[in-house]
Amino acid sequence: PSAPVIPYQHSLSLPQFPGFDDLYCKFCFVYGQDWVPTAGLEEGISQITSKSDVAPTTLVWNFPIDITFKSTNPSGWPQIVVSVYGPDFFGNDVVRGYGAVHVPFTPGRHTRTIAMFVPESTSRLQKFTSWFTGRRPEFTDPRVVAQGEGREVTRVRSQGFVTISFNVVTKDMKKLGYDVSPSDMQNPSLVPVTEGIHRY
Amino acid sequence: MREKLKAARSKAEITLLQEDPSPRPRRLKSTRERKTEVRLDKASDNDKFREMQEDESHLPSKIKFRDSVKKLKQKSTFQNDFPSAEEAYNFFTFNFDPEPDSIKAGARKRNELNEEEEAEEECVETHEDEQEEDETDEDVRLVKDDDLFIIGQTAEDFLVMKPADCESYSEQLKKEKEFLFTPSMLAVPTSEKMPGNMQPRYLEDEGLYTGERPFVSQSNQNILENRILRQEKGKKGDDGKILALPNPIKQSSTRPPILSLEEGIAPELETVYRKAVKMTAANQYLVGPGDFQGPFQLDIDISGLIFTHHPCFSREHVLAAKLAQLYDQYLARKQKNLTKLLTDKLHALRNAVQCSVDGGGAGVPSPVAQQSIPEYKIEIRQTRRLRDAEQEKDRMLLKTIIKVWKQIKSLRDFQKFTNTPMKLYLRKEEVDQRSDEKTYEAEIQAEINELLEECMEEYEKKMEEYKTELQEWKSWKKTQKSKKKKKKKDIHEEESVEDCDLGEERVKPIPPKMANSLEIEQQVREKADNCRRKPGEPALIPELVLSGSITPTELCPRAEVLRREDVKKRSAFIKVLFNSKEVSRTVTRPISSDFRVHFGQIFNLQIFNWPESLKLQIYETMGVSSTSLLAEVFIPVPETTILTGSAPMEEIEFSSNQRVMLDHEGVGSGVSFSFEADGSNKMTSMTSGKVSNSVSWAVGEKGIPLIPPVSQQNTGIPSALKNIDAIASIGTSGLTDMKKLAKWAAEAKLDPNDPNNAALMQLIMVATSGEAHVPDFFRLEQLQQEFNFVSDEEFNRSKRFRLLQLRNGEVVEFRNYKQVPLHEREISEKIFQDYEKRLQERDVIDSKNYLDAHRAVVANYLQKVRESVINRFLIAKHHFLLSDLVNEEEIPSLGILGLSLFKLAEPKRPLKPRRKERKKVTAQNLSDGDIKLLVNIIRAYDIPVRKPVMSKLQQPSKSSRSFNEMFAASSSAQSPPDSADWAFNQVLVRPFVEVSFQRTVCRTTTAEGPNPNWNEELELPFRAPNGDYSTHSLQSVKDEVFINVFDEVLHDAVEDDRERGSGIHTRIERHWLGCVKIPFTTIYFQARIDGTFKVDIPPVLLGYSKEKNLGIERGYDSVRNLSEGSYITLFITIEPQLIPGESVREKFDTQEDEKLLQAAAKYEAECTSKFPSRQCLTTVIDLNGKTVFITRYIKPLNPPQELLDAVPNSSQTAAELVARYVALIPFLPDSVSFAGICDLWSTSDQFLYLLAGDEEEHAVLLCNYFLGMGKKAWLIIGNAIPEGPTAYVLTLEQSQYVIWNPSSGCFYRQYDTFCPLQNVYCLISCDNVWFNMQEYDSPVRINFDISKPKLWKSFFSRSLPYPGLCSVQPEELVYQHSDKAAAVELQGRIEKILKDKIMEWRPRHLTRWNRYCTSTLRNFLPLLEQNQGKDVEDDHQAELQKQLGDYRVSGFPIHMPFSEVGPLIEAVHSTGVHTIDVSNVEFALAVYIHAYPQNVLSLWIYIASLVRNR
Repeated sequence: PSAPVIPYQHSLSLPQFPGFDDLYCKFCFVYGQDWVPTAGLEEGISQITSKSDVAPTTLVWNFPIDITFKSTNPSGWPQIVVSVYGPDFFGNDVVRGYGAVHVPFTPGRHTRTIAMFVPESTSRLQKFTSWFTGRRPEFTDPRVVAQGEGREVTRVRSQGFVTISFNVVTKDMKKLGYDVSPSDMQNPSLVPVTEGIHRY
Repeated sequence: MREKLKAARSKAEITLLQEDPSPRPRRLKSTRERKTEVRLDKASDNDKFREMQEDESHLPSKIKFRDSVKKLKQKSTFQNDFPSAEEAYNFFTFNFDPEPDSIKAGARKRNELNEEEEAEEECVETHEDEQEEDETDEDVRLVKDDDLFIIGQTAEDFLVMKPADCESYSEQLKKEKEFLFTPSMLAVPTSEKMPGNMQPRYLEDEGLYTGERPFVSQSNQNILENRILRQEKGKKGDDGKILALPNPIKQSSTRPPILSLEEGIAPELETVYRKAVKMTAANQYLVGPGDFQGPFQLDIDISGLIFTHHPCFSREHVLAAKLAQLYDQYLARKQKNLTKLLTDKLHALRNAVQCSVDGGGAGVPSPVAQQSIPEYKIEIRQTRRLRDAEQEKDRMLLKTIIKVWKQIKSLRDFQKFTNTPMKLYLRKEEVDQRSDEKTYEAEIQAEINELLEECMEEYEKKMEEYKTELQEWKSWKKTQKSKKKKKKKDIHEEESVEDCDLGEERVKPIPPKMANSLEIEQQVREKADNCRRKPGEPALIPELVLSGSITPTELCPRAEVLRREDVKKRSAFIKVLFNSKEVSRTVTRPISSDFRVHFGQIFNLQIFNWPESLKLQIYETMGVSSTSLLAEVFIPVPETTILTGSAPMEEIEFSSNQRVMLDHEGVGSGVSFSFEADGSNKMTSMTSGKVSNSVSWAVGEKGIPLIPPVSQQNTGIPSALKNIDAIASIGTSGLTDMKKLAKWAAEAKLDPNDPNNAALMQLIMVATSGEAHVPDFFRLEQLQQEFNFVSDEEFNRSKRFRLLQLRNGEVVEFRNYKQVPLHEREISEKIFQDYEKRLQERDVIDSKNYLDAHRAVVANYLQKVRESVINRFLIAKHHFLLSDLVNEEEIPSLGILGLSLFKLAEPKRPLKPRRKERKKVTAQNLSDGDIKLLVNIIRAYDIPVRKPVMSKLQQPSKSSRSFNEMFAASSSAQSPPDSADWAFNQVLVRPFVEVSFQRTVCRTTTAEGPNPNWNEELELPFRAPNGDYSTHSLQSVKDEVFINVFDEVLHDAVEDDRERGSGIHTRIERHWLGCVKIPFTTIYFQARIDGTFKVDIPPVLLGYSKEKNLGIERGYDSVRNLSEGSYITLFITIEPQLIPGESVREKFDTQEDEKLLQAAAKYEAECTSKFPSRQCLTTVIDLNGKTVFITRYIKPLNPPQELLDAVPNSSQTAAELVARYVALIPFLPDSVSFAGICDLWSTSDQFLYLLAGDEEEHAVLLCNYFLGMGKKAWLIIGNAIPEGPTAYVLTLEQSQYVIWNPSSGCFYRQYDTFCPLQNVYCLISCDNVWFNMQEYDSPVRINFDISKPKLWKSFFSRSLPYPGLCSVQPEELVYQHSDKAAAVELQGRIEKILKDKIMEWRPRHLTRWNRYCTSTLRNFLPLLEQNQGKDVEDDHQAELQKQLGDYRVSGFPIHMPFSEVGPLIEAVHSTGVHTIDVSNVEFALAVYIHAYPQNVLSLWIYIASLVRNR
């Protein structure tokens, strides 16, 4: 069957987690039933990044991800789910945040900043023990952050940001009747829409 | 003005010139000036701006004075032309502060100066500015010069030393006065504002939109105007006001408050906690949320109710009511006294006429008077007519009153009792006969005169008319006559014409009659007689009193008594409805005998909504129950001026059109009745009455009336409506209602010119013009349609959308459909075929696939139950718990903590092997080929061995065993082997195991001997249906793992003996020995299956026999030989380990007592906390999805009498028979049919009807049968292999516990090693549940004595006694008798099907059927059924040998419960009988069906292959 092919290249970078260090990140893609990844890895793990000693003490992964999807239906547009892990005070590996964002529709370069969050412990005592034992509450499946179902039972706390830049190329979208390109194709939107969300 | 300015300019120039020669004091002065200038800057920036502009125009004049002017000009123009942004802003927005006091003082003085001076001052000031700038310019230049001449010159050359000079304060003031201008604060007259010859224009009046002006205080505005006036260049509008943009400031702030807790907050920004107040924003109509002024209150006082007609009225009441009404009318008329009024008027008019006539006679007749006389006369005439009518009415009224009163009196006489206290007195007022007559006569005379006068006038008028007419007529006559004369000479024929002419002849006018004065007089007198009191007649004044006495009830006739009783029963109350919502109601008060109801209640309505309607509903109650709405009365909403205390009582009439007929004296309502004896003169009355009430606005505590604000504007609409938007005033729903919107717009008087309202106005215009279609439906999602990307028809037609929709709806066929094609054409119709077929066939019972109609019905029913359950499950699947989403470590208990601490101290043992838990995999991210089934076949015991082909007949040792014998652990009864050497001489058997799963087959190597040891691992791939690896899908996998044991037989296939030396030709045959079936779901739920299983070996294996004693002789394992049959040890698991799905957490409805359920939950919690691995079952779910307490399932039930009759003496055999009967009912695991749902328990009758069920149904039925047979029996909830969690039955037989496997019919002793039951969790009887509290749960190691509370924790105990729960089971099971004929027919059909199948499976070979053998086998089968497949093996062998002679026979009977054909075919296929491809092979196949009651069929298939021995 004919299908639009949508290759992406992403690069994960610039996590902003105040107070945390030595973070690494797992990513995976969540997509609908009509989507098939044709090339690239849909799951992966990045290197551990540490804070720089000099002035802009940001954490940088600059981890490239290449993936190509094809689909017959825009429903279930791929989302990237990012979960960040890092050692806690005792050196246990704990989760530092979950987040998800849709891959941009339009071709071009986009930057997205994902607000990350972690599930909260159900009680104070739990919180303490989980801190003490280094086994914090985690999502059974990080994919749940890409969907709404069942989320009402969870309580989460926000915890930092991850910035992802996407380079999106689409093929045959228009031929198949989906016009997602901005009206002015000469200057695809270079201004990231969500940039700076965290500043507020 | 211009001239004046010019003059001022020249003056200023002169002053400049004067000043110029003395530059000496300038520095100081200029600094001072700068100061003032700064002040001015502050005070009036715009002045400066104006001045600068003006300066520009003056500049050329200055050329005379300065050389550097050019530069200056450039600079100044540069400065002046472009006011900075700040300046501009200040100009428009600055609120000018009042000037400092000193200046004010000065200003006051200055006001006295004339304009000219002021202008001059201005100019001077500006020039000062110039100078200053010049100076700086000069300085700049000077610096440059310095640069040029600096060499060789000293400072002294340039500097002049002088003392600082000072000006006195008064001088200073004086100078200031010259420069400063203080605008007046008084209003500027409009005339001055406008240019001389122009009229002010008001744009608003012309229909142009002018926005709201920003607020500027009047004084400031005046100051500004004055200032502008001064400069003559202000931006003034056409109406003389300063131009201003509309106010840009919003009413409410839109910027959210910034709340940051970290930073210190300015005290004024700090948030203050206020207690929550009830939000009054709900008051949509009344006020906006912003300006809520407090609650408003309406006081409704309902004082009472009076019926003017009621069905219970007696005739007297009707009359009395009429009388009362008339009397009221009379009183009202009397109060108005129209007659008197009109009479007086008449007199006055007459006097006036008289006066004017007299006046005319006396002096010069004024034309005015002349004119007015006829007017007066007309008026007199009218007034007289009115008076006469009124007088007549008065008289009529009086007459009717008297008439009605007479009627009442006569009625009272007639019925001999009184119902009403009414009495009418007529007071006579004596009058002076003479004066009365006089006035009467005078009146008549006056009238006569007037009439005469009128008549005369009329007569004169008519006379006039008559005269003119006569004149005309005469002239006409003359002409006619002359014509006649002419025509007489003509021919006779013309006579006819003449006739015509004569016909047209004009009628001669009749002279008017003179009015006869006598006639008129008579008329007048007659009329006076009719409507006026005769002279001398006393004036009658009626007076109605209620002083009469009512006849007591005892004295009344029966009908009246009934009526009065009926009245007593009735009562009334009133509901108060505000905006058609009931807000309160009065108490119910009885209707009194005079049909009045007194309420006297005041309701205080606190209102938020604008009152739209106030309504009273009057209800009447009859007796105790029936309440009927009599009528509704609308009360007008009071004017805002009506306050409580000052509101008058008002009576509002109501009436109802109910038709009531009563069977007593009451007249009813809507029913005609009459007062006459003969029934004539009928009349009908409707129930009616009056409510006296008053409605007023309440007055608050401080005397403030609680009235919603009323518009201050003269529009008369509530201002609340005006200042809020449309939505707030009519509600959002109103927006869809065009009419309402238009109405609102009309009421709110929107400014049609306001651009903000443009859209609205257009809408309203369209709406009111009636062009727009007003939808007559209500739409929930108004905007939905806009988002529809295709029309509904197209949507329904499209296959793609349908596919997507079905997938989204999680329909089974499409749930995991991937990659829905993009184009319509790529979707084939086939996709839907299955689905549609399923939908169609849902209700059609297709008996084709089922040989039995009953099974077809059952299958259909099961299918429906399954669907409903699955739907329920799908819904439940979308409910999430926290634990589903978040992985959280449980809080470690103190014990665990301690243990882990202890572990820390433990010495490390790195070499000790530890079991590593396998990683569990969630089923979601799996795909085909990821999952493998690992089957480890370890060893087998007691595989049947081949018999020597020509062995002699053996005498069978039939032993009728009893339980005791069986459990005696003695094998002495077994027959010894024929000969010792036979056993060791040859290879007994070469077994191998073949595992088939999902049509994939794997086999082990061949081992030797009856106790082979393989220890091989087989790996089989697993494919989930539709590639769906979700837990839900995996649970419903129906596939089974078949583990078949075969014997590999090598036959010498060499045809020719001569070749024997050179080559080996052997043929390998495989003979099926037995099998073990394990459903995949069991493996899935158990994660691993490890144990020794009994191989299902057919009762007869032709050519094989069981090696029974071998083990004992070898002393191998004495225990193992205790039971019969072959065993195989297996280990099965899935790699990787899958996490089995959890059962649905759904709260099912129940009919159980809530307390019982709570107790059950508590009990379960207690039990599982102690033994988390042991399942505690107290409540189960029945087939309708309701929670039922488990003991309700256990109840003694009668087994089929047929079975009991078969063996009347032996209870053991009967028990076995019953167990077999139960086992014959086909097995259908719940987990397959109701995937993911916890067990559904059907009752025994349902089970017998469905003929399919799980272990628990079998167990319940068997337990009930045992109880019915008088045994002690319990249900065991436990764990068994390979079933997993299951239910068994425990009986107590002669102080021994026997464990029954209900689905196979086998029974085991408690200490039986091969008992498949591994763990016992709880026991259930009909009245209690016991939980196993013992350390071990293996049946071998536990004590079944439930009377010991330490070992068995009971649910019902002394603290919670058994409440006597009634059973869900039927009283008695009714069995259908077995249908033998149908069984025979079915038998034939199955045989044919199987034979066809076997031939089908052998496509390359000829399949011969040995009829002789078949008939022999057919004879065996009933025998087998009779003996339940025991101890008949040797008979068969012998019999066959005898009959067939030289044949090598291999074959076996298969016994199954019959459910469907499919499994039969599968079973026959799996034995592989058909695989023999010897050329001369023959087959034999026989089927026997034994029908048990309730259509339970025991099916035997005997299949054999025969090879002739050569």
